Formats: sequence, structure tokens, C-alpha cells
Amino acid sequence: MKMILIPGRSSSQGTSLNEGKLKDEYKKVTSTLEMNQDDMTKLKLVDGDSVRLSNSIGQTIVTCIGKKPEDLPAGTLFIPYGPPSSQLMGSDTAGCGMPLSKHMEVEIEKITT
Amino acid sequence: MTEENTKIVENATCTFCGCVCDDMELHVDLDAKRITKAKNACVLGRAWFAEHTIDENAPAAMIDGKEVSVDEAIEEAAQTLVNAKFPITYGLSDTTCEAQRQAVAITDIIRGNIDTTTSVCHGPSGLAFQGVGESTSTLGEVKNRADLVIYWGGNPAESHPRHFGRYAVTPKGMFTPGGKKDRTVVLIDVRKTKSSPVADILIRPKPGKDFEILWALRALVKGKKIAPEIEQETGVPLEVLQDLAERMKNCRFGVLFFGMGLTMTRGRHFNSGALLALATDLNEFTHFVAKPVRGHGNVTGADNVVSWQTGYPFGVNFSRGYPRFNPGEFTTVDTLSNRDADAALIIASDPASNFPKAAINHLKSIPVVVLDTKQTETSKDAHVAFRTATYGINTTGTAYRMDDVPITLRPAFESPFPDDETILTGIKKRVNELVLAKHQARGASGEAKVAAITPL
Repeated sequence: MKMILIPGRSSSQGTSLNEGKLKDEYKKVTSTLEMNQDDMTKLKLVDGDSVRLSNSIGQTIVTCIGKKPEDLPAGTLFIPYGPPSSQLMGSDTAGCGMPLSKHMEVEIEKITT
Repeated sequence: MTEENTKIVENATCTFCGCVCDDMELHVDLDAKRITKAKNACVLGRAWFAEHTIDENAPAAMIDGKEVSVDEAIEEAAQTLVNAKFPITYGLSDTTCEAQRQAVAITDIIRGNIDTTTSVCHGPSGLAFQGVGESTSTLGEVKNRADLVIYWGGNPAESHPRHFGRYAVTPKGMFTPGGKKDRTVVLIDVRKTKSSPVADILIRPKPGKDFEILWALRALVKGKKIAPEIEQETGVPLEVLQDLAERMKNCRFGVLFFGMGLTMTRGRHFNSGALLALATDLNEFTHFVAKPVRGHGNVTGADNVVSWQTGYPFGVNFSRGYPRFNPGEFTTVDTLSNRDADAALIIASDPASNFPKAAINHLKSIPVVVLDTKQTETSKDAHVAFRTATYGINTTGTAYRMDDVPITLRPAFESPFPDDETILTGIKKRVNELVLAKHQARGASGEAKVAAITPL
């Protein structure tokens, strides 16, 4: 399923980066994907499942948690920015220096173990 | 903790985010060299002060992962930068203006390329300022006067937790004695966030439709008609936009705070430009300002210092001996992704964690000199790595609040590690000597003599 990924700041990302970006807490926070609960149902996902996000740039594996449909629109994903979201970010800055880093089209799929 | 070895620092400044709150009361354990309490700090500020402790076991300097003296590391850093054909300097938003000034001087001397984290933050807004102009104010004016406060594409409750309480929503001002009762707060964001409860009006557009909404608002403010189909395009009903346009025209003092939701998404500098143009249009009816909400503690200082010294705010290249500004070419994502850079000086920043994959891959293939207070993805693989003191906690200096107000920092305790300014001054001195020696050698062999370098 194709969706729009929005990386951004969160409180826990901000506090954990002060502890250290190489520490487990920061890695956990920046690998946790927020997802519309209805979309999760469609993909047969529950909180804590691993999903693969991919696009033409790269791929990353993260853990998903549900958000109420009224809080996060269907087809939209949110993740605290960090190393996993960088794997999906293109380097074309369209002549302005800024890569498109908040509106990334990604494919999402459940990882079956 | 003994009583004689504790101290309280009043009116200290938190430099974690662009709010640069200067009303901290820090309780410092001088034995343990740590801050035990940060009164008035937000959740991010408390973490900033609590986690910046001293790791006595960490080496002050390393070359290729091996501990060396600071002087040896300065020599190696200078040699690395001088011997590169396209050295880049990057970061700078989490250090003092005094250190930033030294970084500009180094880049000038080595004819390198300097850029700051602004290019991946409000860089697009920087372009829009040049194209459209900026109707601006301090946050103090907002506190005292604003009766309509609009946040667009941001989540201050999580990124700048005291923005609401200290500057823009709840504080009681000269002409806003009722605090929040005297203000209407509008929040425009794709998501419902922790900031949403503060809003009197919450507008939830479709992702990537900010430019269309801003342009429609400009038309409505000018009395033009907009078709109801705008709702299908943007997700926002026409009557909501009409109501907002009327509120904007009829307020006493309005402010548009805008964040990464505009600059990092489809449209980028066009989004910021549309918002700035809307603010300008509104000044035909009332007083209206627009302010970017800035992320890092001294990213605004970086813009100021680089502008003072080169004439441009970021993305500046000295390869011809004079500064040239060209975002998209001299901005760091581009110099790395295009494989132009062959050495890097990274100051208080972690591009290996947050940049696009192609840029990170190239960064890992070139010699990198890093100055940081902690080990990061960027510093762990660096050719030369300096462990530095933390600005505002261990050192004084100047930081600029997001509204361009400079604030002098009051340190809490000393660090055994040198600060950024000291290291950069050392590198500047050495690169100047090396470059001068190169020029003299050329002159001796009959090539054209080059004017002596004058450090800034």
C-alpha cells in the first residue's frame, strides 16, 4: 500500500537525543511509526508489528503503533525524524538546498516472521 | 553533594531550541559537575540540562579513533582542510556566535564552502525573505500586542514547549491583559497533535496543499472570489477560509508563525513566499507579521553571523576568493550528494544521522573533522574528532533567539573539554599559516604572488 510519510519532531525524540543519539532510547523513538488505525486494520497490523517502508531511494524497518483516525488522516504516516527516515529521503533539493523531507511517498508492507 | 559545592545560576539560558528562554534557575552540583534542577525549563530543556554532564573518560581529541592531544588534532584538522580541493564547513546552529565567526574565517582562508543547518530547516524561508521581504517583530511585541496568533505547519507543544506560555498564547501583555482570553489562536496542520488543544480554530488541510490554501487566502483578503471546489482540492471548506480571511483583516495585530510543515514539504520556498506575501497583503488592513519558528538554539545566530561576514545567510562558497551564494549548489545536501566535497568540517551537528542517504554515503567516504559535545553518527567515523564543552552550560558567548534578539549566556559549571571557539581559533591560526606558506612557495617558484591572507 502506498502512503505519505511525514517525519517530524516529537517530545520523546527531543528528550532522547539529549541523552545521546547512539543510545537505545533514541533508536527506539526514531524507529516507531504512527499509523492510522483503520489503515492498520486493512494491512492486518497490530501495535508493535514490524513494517518495511520502501521507495526508490531505499528502505527501512520500523515498528508501528496506531493513532485514532481523527488524529492522523488515512494514508498518512508519522515518524520522529532520525536515521530510519533518512533512508527514504531523496537528495534532490530542486535548487533550494532542502530535500523533500516531510512528504515522502512510501510503500508499506507487513513483515511476516 | 556538599552544600558548599552547590551553586544556583539565576537567569541562565536554555539553548536547546530557538525559544532561547533566559529565565532558567539552575541548581548545580559542582562536585558531580551536573545540573540537578532546572527551574522554569520545559521537558526538552530539563533533558538538555540533565543530560549534558561530563564524561571524564572521553578523550578530548581523536584521530581515526585513537586518542591524541588537542594540539595534534588541530594540526591534523588544519592539514586535512588545507589539502582539500573542495572543503566544506557545516553545522553551527548549536554553538555560539563567537565560534561561528571563527568557522566563517576558516572557510574564507581555505577558499571552502560554508553552510549551516538552516539549509535543511528554514533555508527555503531564507530564499523567500530575499524574494518577498519579511514583515517582522520581536516575540515581545507578539506577547504585548497580538490578538490573532496563527501557527502553520508546526507542533510547538512538542518542538518549542514554552512558545505558547512565554511568548504567544497565554502570557498577559500590555495590550493583551487577559492573556489567552484576549487572543484567537488558529492552528493549521495535517495532523492532530499535542498543540491542537490550544487552538480556538483547528484547520486540517490535505498533505501538501499549503500553497493552494495560502494563495486562496491572498485572493480572499483582496476581495476576489474563490470557487467552493477549493475544498476538494485542499480539504478545507471555503467558509472556513472566508472566516479566517475576515479574522486576519479585522484583527488588531496578527502573527503567522510557520514551521517545517511549510519548508520541508511540496512547494518549499514557494510556500514560505506565499505566507510572507499574505502577511504583506494584510498590512493594507491591519498590522500583521510573519515569523519562522526556528529549531536549534543558535540557528538564528548562524544566519546572522554568516550574513554579516559574507553577505549571505547560508550556502556560501569562497572558491573564487570572494563569497558566492547559490542554494542547490553550495548547500550541504547538494555538495555531498553531488560528490563535490572532498573534506568536511562539521561543527555541533549530526548530518550522518539526518541527511539523505546519498549525502551520508559521500560524507562517510571523505575525511571529516567533527566538533561535538557527545559521540554521534557523524563523529564516530570522523578522521578528527574533538569533544567540546557545551555552550550555555559550560561556556559563555552569544546566542540569538528566533526573533533575532541576542542573549548572553551564563555558564553553570566548567568543562575539562575546550569550547568550539577555542578549537576553531586554533584551526584558523594554523590554516592561515599553511595557506600563507603555500602562497609563498608559489611566489618563490615564479608563479603569480597572492596577497597575504587577512583573517577575519
